[in-house]
Amino acid sequence: MTHVLKIENLHVAVDGKEILRGVDLEIKQGETHALMGPNGSGKSTLGLVIAGHPGYEVTEGRILLDGQDVLEMSPDERARAGIFLAFQRPMTIPGVRMADFLRHAATNVRNPDRKEGEELMPMREFRRELREKMEQLKIDPEFARRYVNDGFSGGEMKRAEILQLAMLQPKFAILDETDSGLDADAVRLASKSIAEIGRDKMGLLIITHHDKLLEHNPPDFTHVMLGGRIVESGGPELAKELHQYGYERIRAAHPDADRANQQMLEREKEKEVASAG
Amino acid sequence: MATDLQTPKANTEIGEINKYDFHTESKAVFKARRGLDRDVVAQISEMKGEPDWMRDFRLRSLEIFNAKPMPKWGGDIDIDFQDIYYYLKPTEGHGRTWDEVPQEIKDTFEKLGIPEAERKFLAGVKAQFESEVVYGSLKEDLAKQGVIFLDTDSALREHPDLFREHFATVIPPTDNKFAALNSAVWSGGSFIYVPPGVHIEFPLQAYFRINAENMGQFERTLIIVDEGASVHYVEGCTAPMYSTESLHSAVVEIICRRGSRCRYTTIQNWANNIYNLVTKRAVAYADATMEWVDGNLGSKLTMKYPAVYMVEPGARGEILSIAFASQGQHQDAGAKLVHAAPHTTGQITSKSISKNGGRSSYRGLVRVEHGAKNSKCNVVCDALILDPQSRSDTYPYIEIMDKDVSIGHEASVSRIGEEQLFYLMSRGLTEHEASTMIVNGFIEPLVKELPMEYAVEMNRLIQLQMEGSVG
Repeated sequence: MTHVLKIENLHVAVDGKEILRGVDLEIKQGETHALMGPNGSGKSTLGLVIAGHPGYEVTEGRILLDGQDVLEMSPDERARAGIFLAFQRPMTIPGVRMADFLRHAATNVRNPDRKEGEELMPMREFRRELREKMEQLKIDPEFARRYVNDGFSGGEMKRAEILQLAMLQPKFAILDETDSGLDADAVRLASKSIAEIGRDKMGLLIITHHDKLLEHNPPDFTHVMLGGRIVESGGPELAKELHQYGYERIRAAHPDADRANQQMLEREKEKEVASAG
Repeated sequence: MATDLQTPKANTEIGEINKYDFHTESKAVFKARRGLDRDVVAQISEMKGEPDWMRDFRLRSLEIFNAKPMPKWGGDIDIDFQDIYYYLKPTEGHGRTWDEVPQEIKDTFEKLGIPEAERKFLAGVKAQFESEVVYGSLKEDLAKQGVIFLDTDSALREHPDLFREHFATVIPPTDNKFAALNSAVWSGGSFIYVPPGVHIEFPLQAYFRINAENMGQFERTLIIVDEGASVHYVEGCTAPMYSTESLHSAVVEIICRRGSRCRYTTIQNWANNIYNLVTKRAVAYADATMEWVDGNLGSKLTMKYPAVYMVEPGARGEILSIAFASQGQHQDAGAKLVHAAPHTTGQITSKSISKNGGRSSYRGLVRVEHGAKNSKCNVVCDALILDPQSRSDTYPYIEIMDKDVSIGHEASVSRIGEEQLFYLMSRGLTEHEASTMIVNGFIEPLVKELPMEYAVEMNRLIQLQMEGSVG
């Protein structure tokens, strides 16, 4: 069976303000989709909503995984169902070792019916696998003993996200700006790791400003988001065009969405000022 | 149920209760009545067959206790001092049977994986935990090195001079109302003397020679670490301390002579009805290091501020304190460091967790005396609040009489962040697993200082405490 992640007419609001305004997107297992768009267009929001962030309110529309209603699931149920989000800004969890966290996560995702308190996957098996994956990603073994994202550099955090992806082997992975903060070498390793999981086994949604990750993972489809909607879709050539020429043409072609985008961007800035003050 | 305690019960386990007990034949001891006055105090001393000086010390302490007002700070204390038994003969195991132990307590033992033999002791059914076999050979090794490790009552009998020379020198009965109370009615506790240059390689645990008296309500511990010697003492355990009495008031005095090192680790998990009012203080002489590792869970109100007085140059004091307050619990815990000599170094690390309406406070004092030049002290307190009903307060007091010192203080209060929870849950952890992991991470700096078996129990205990905390 080919797995399908389907997003239908998705509307999302925060504090009563609409951020996503009717998103439609279908990703099949084995496909790579690039999601591009200027700042504030709602790309990251889409990733967070698919993963189940509690801070967003879905006001309309559906998300279906193989026909199952994803919006009914808690974030952990979604992870167990095979959805993975590589965070743009991963959280720091002081005092919790990467290895302990990953062993717990891998056990739950691999045994979706596991009840709390039941055995974790065997330590030896887990360690061997973790060591293997870390070697592939050229991650220092010391990493396993460090606290989750605590004192990590930007690049280390992104590598750690890829390591989690490699350990959890989801059906659908959303990579939110995973290539920012990575140097060329790290991007290559990350891509290799994605290839190893098997591009044919996963559906990928790559959110990016850059073309680094896309170079190694040429998208089958490119989508442009503006003002909370996908305003254009195309093939790999669209991604190339956007990299070369930016969003001028898109903005001109969709003035309403562009206006909405400006407003969303301003609201975001206001919020940042307010929280900084 | 408390009235059962007045009449000795036929105890089928009496045969096992052992040769180290001194009072088995004396049935009169069970008649110590409820309440507190000169007669009760004199009777306690008499039952124990103590020397006159101790009896007089107790009586004098009672007067001090009566004269002192209740502390006006900390938490609300509502104790009827006349409604408490101040001395319970330990041999009959409080006359309780296993059937009388609440199911809740039994379940917790089960979940914590406490061995069968220990459960009965911990629930007060048995007076003595059968560890004499383990302890026997250990005691021999220690004795060869001149180490004294006894319960405090035995130490008074067997080492009267050493005892009298140090007893109540660190914490006199005039120190505070509850130290006075303990001085009047103390019973049990540990006495340790480590001779010069002797290093005890493994943690000494009260467990090895645990008995009901040792874990009593008013235990009195005295540790003397002689020059260049070292010891790590571990007290308590993670099992809930179940008691029908509502007051626990211990005194712990430690003397660290020149160049010595002492670490005192406590993990206590009290039942919800207990007032836990404890005075703990150490004196550190030149280049000596004293470390308190103090974990407090449960109880109705805990007031406990382990202290180190650094009285000669080069002394170091370190206090690591953790408190977990849940529904109906108030943890008023903290630390006290007194720099009374130059080149002394202090560190306080306090971590508190409040959940389900629990309240935790950090109350700490750092005092640097005149002339304590080039002293350094650093205070870090972090509080984690798990829900909006819970509360955390910080009361840091800093008194500096010398300007040539370096003092640092950081405090942080955090709530379990929605973002952290979401991050962990997005990797397949349930909300409860995720918040438990965050809490365990929060106390990790303390747990990694614990001996292995305590660390394991501590993590399991946190897990239990967290159960049902997140809807």
